[in-house]
Amino acid sequence: MRKAKDYFFQSLLWLSAIITIATLCIIVGFIFYKGIHLINLDFIFGDYSPSGGGGILPMIVTTIYTIVISLLIATPIGILAAVYLQEYAKQGRLIRIIRFATESLTGIPSIIYGLFGAVFFVTVLKMGMSIIAASLTLTIIVLPVIIRTTEEALKTVPLTYREGSLALGTTKLQTLYKVILPSAMPGILSGIILSIGRIVGESAAIFLTAGTVAAMPENIFSSARTLTVHSFLVTQEAGDIELAAAVGIVLIVIILILNLSATFISKKLNKADY
Amino acid sequence: MPNHSNEELVSQIESSNKRKYFLEKLSEKVFLFCSLLSVISLLLIIGFVFYKGTHPFFAEGYSFIEFIFGLDWVPSEDKFGILPMIVASIFATIGALIIGVPIGLFTAIFLAEIAPKSIARIISPAVQLLAGIPSVLYGVFGLAIIVPFLQNHLGLAKGQSLIAVILVLAIMMLPTIVTVAETSIRAVPKTYREGSLALGASPIGTIFKVVVPAAKSGIMAAIVLGLGRAIGETMAVILVAGNSLVLPTSLTDSIRPLTTNIALEMGYAFGTHQEMLFATGIVLFSFILILNLVLAKIGSKGGK
Amino acid sequence: MNFKKKLMTGIASLSLILVISGCSQDNTEAEPSSGNQYTLAISGSTSVGPLAEKLAEKFEGKNAEVNIEVNQIGSSAGITNSLSGVSEIGMSSRDLKEEEKQEGLAETIIAYDGIVVVTHPTNKVQDLTLDQVKQIFTGEVTNWKELGGDDMEIVVVSREDGSGSRDAFQEIVGYSSGELIRSSIVASGNGNIKTTVAMNKHAVGFISFEYIDDTISTVKINGVQATAENVLQQKYLLSRPFLFVNKPENLTESGQKFIDYILSPEGQEIVSEAGAIRVK
Repeated sequence: MRKAKDYFFQSLLWLSAIITIATLCIIVGFIFYKGIHLINLDFIFGDYSPSGGGGILPMIVTTIYTIVISLLIATPIGILAAVYLQEYAKQGRLIRIIRFATESLTGIPSIIYGLFGAVFFVTVLKMGMSIIAASLTLTIIVLPVIIRTTEEALKTVPLTYREGSLALGTTKLQTLYKVILPSAMPGILSGIILSIGRIVGESAAIFLTAGTVAAMPENIFSSARTLTVHSFLVTQEAGDIELAAAVGIVLIVIILILNLSATFISKKLNKADY
Repeated sequence: MPNHSNEELVSQIESSNKRKYFLEKLSEKVFLFCSLLSVISLLLIIGFVFYKGTHPFFAEGYSFIEFIFGLDWVPSEDKFGILPMIVASIFATIGALIIGVPIGLFTAIFLAEIAPKSIARIISPAVQLLAGIPSVLYGVFGLAIIVPFLQNHLGLAKGQSLIAVILVLAIMMLPTIVTVAETSIRAVPKTYREGSLALGASPIGTIFKVVVPAAKSGIMAAIVLGLGRAIGETMAVILVAGNSLVLPTSLTDSIRPLTTNIALEMGYAFGTHQEMLFATGIVLFSFILILNLVLAKIGSKGGK
Repeated sequence: MNFKKKLMTGIASLSLILVISGCSQDNTEAEPSSGNQYTLAISGSTSVGPLAEKLAEKFEGKNAEVNIEVNQIGSSAGITNSLSGVSEIGMSSRDLKEEEKQEGLAETIIAYDGIVVVTHPTNKVQDLTLDQVKQIFTGEVTNWKELGGDDMEIVVVSREDGSGSRDAFQEIVGYSSGELIRSSIVASGNGNIKTTVAMNKHAVGFISFEYIDDTISTVKINGVQATAENVLQQKYLLSRPFLFVNKPENLTESGQKFIDYILSPEGQEIVSEAGAIRVK
């Protein structure tokens, strides 16, 4: 009896794993099967043309713009915030409030960020549908990610490092810049890479704040579309699954590179450090 | 003369100390400000969404009850009722949970406990990678494969339906659930398993009676994360939901969840219509809050 | 430590390259003429959008100093944007409402367009009366066999509330948004309707002439084929104007130049190539 039960559960586990893996393989396989024949240099580096055909360079440039701008703002703020929470703050109500706020920000669906961005940045601050409005919205989205990963990284820096440095007569600030932050670097970097992944994958918030103009952005105040939004729009508007899948391949490759570099960096830096 | 220079030195040191001290104080203030920015953002977001979303009810005389329980959403005729969308969101999320959670959990258990190491070492990172790919791609897959399948092989009049949404969401949340649950199961100390096995329990019995309960809080977190992804997902859902304004009564009805209502209409809404979309956002917001609270309660009770 | 430094320099130089390449992009696009480009913001109807994009592409080829940004967000939103000044020009695929005219909007008809009822290519129903169309979209008729087709359910696909095509269509056919059958699929855009209908043999929807291709089949209305000629001769009932609307005080020289270009013989040639109906 017990044997039968064990056997049943065991096969259930196998079955579930097979379902999961098969489904995920089918999805990735489907995307590559549908899109791979469209991928070539002209596709990736060609300008988009509304009369059909053409490449996705404008979307790649837009995606890069949003990544660079939101990280330029979110990274320093996030790191310094984490430093405060880990190194300076004493436990108390203020800290609890800050932590609560950070955690709540993580749980808000991106469409709500989109709503907020569409009114606050686009209308109230008069940025219009633009890359900058989308980037600022994304900044708020990735801020908690950077704070949390940096905090985790700071926690792993041994107390002896701090004590050793302080004992040599350095100030807290010097210790921070010369000792603590450098040894927390791997964790911080993986947080940044995680954020890039989040930005690349985001659609709803960008859709409502950056608009959908399919052209090379003139500057950060232009309305434009990112790769992910492009993939959505060509599916919805043109029903062009193959083009959407081709953009999907580019996205998957980007995510893959990000993941690999995160692993690589943390391994390499850990070795260099310890 | 030496006296004089000594004094000078002292004052120099003092002033440099003062500068250092000032710098320390200043930097602490800057750090504090940075960490307060997340509080400010949260307040801004909540403030804006609530201010905009409650405006029609306080200032324009719309009834909140009619908003929540109204069946008609016809903005051009000034009718704003979102009951069909609330029901659609709930059904879609529950459906996705029913399919996604068991499969995801069992897969996590399999990868952590049963799978040969060499296999797990390839599959776990691959699943992790899939947790990161843009959700839109799951929607593209849904529209290209699931919707036509439902139409052509199951004979539905339209493939854009509740069941299509459920399937897309379930698939989408799988990688998240597997990754988080697997990590927490792996974190259960070896001694637990050894103890249980030494007492004569079978390996499978050990997994379900000892390891899984021990990893409960992590598993709960995995479910909450998956749930959050499902209820908040927008763009993938738009592609497969059909966006009809009907109160869903069967799996084959096409639906419009709360999120898609916002994304579909925000582009051109203005005035009261726009404010009603913010009100839709508030309802969505409250859902997430309630679900998190409920699950946190369950989690803490289970812990005791 | 050494590796870390290398990494940091790597990241720094990479971001520098990105910034520089971003700048040079701008420079190469600005072409020889005067330095600053003027951005002409246009937003509105998804029916007018593709036409406006094609016109813009040609116009920009001749006027390097103007950069035209076309956002397809629906007629009502486009009209609102032109009123509030977010966009210089709004695109509408329906006539202006009284209250919109009173706000002082100027309108220019840049083309005419027909709306065509479309079905899946395998659908046998080729001809409907206006009244039958109304019955379909209000849910009085729910099976194709009642209209002479196969015995299968009708799946109605409509545009979203606020779409100019939907407003124009409903006004001509004679039903209101509240009367639209609830279970209808709502698609946001002409392309989206075309795709949905092309994928589903039960479906019926309506799209602008420009979007007609062989993935869908078009239905005659009261026995009249949906062609540009029939619209001009006023035999085909489902037609509406394509409008550019703007506040007179917001219209810049570039904006006026673009409108003039569209109304020129060359611009109207592009209009008819795009599948819309020329004004002149």
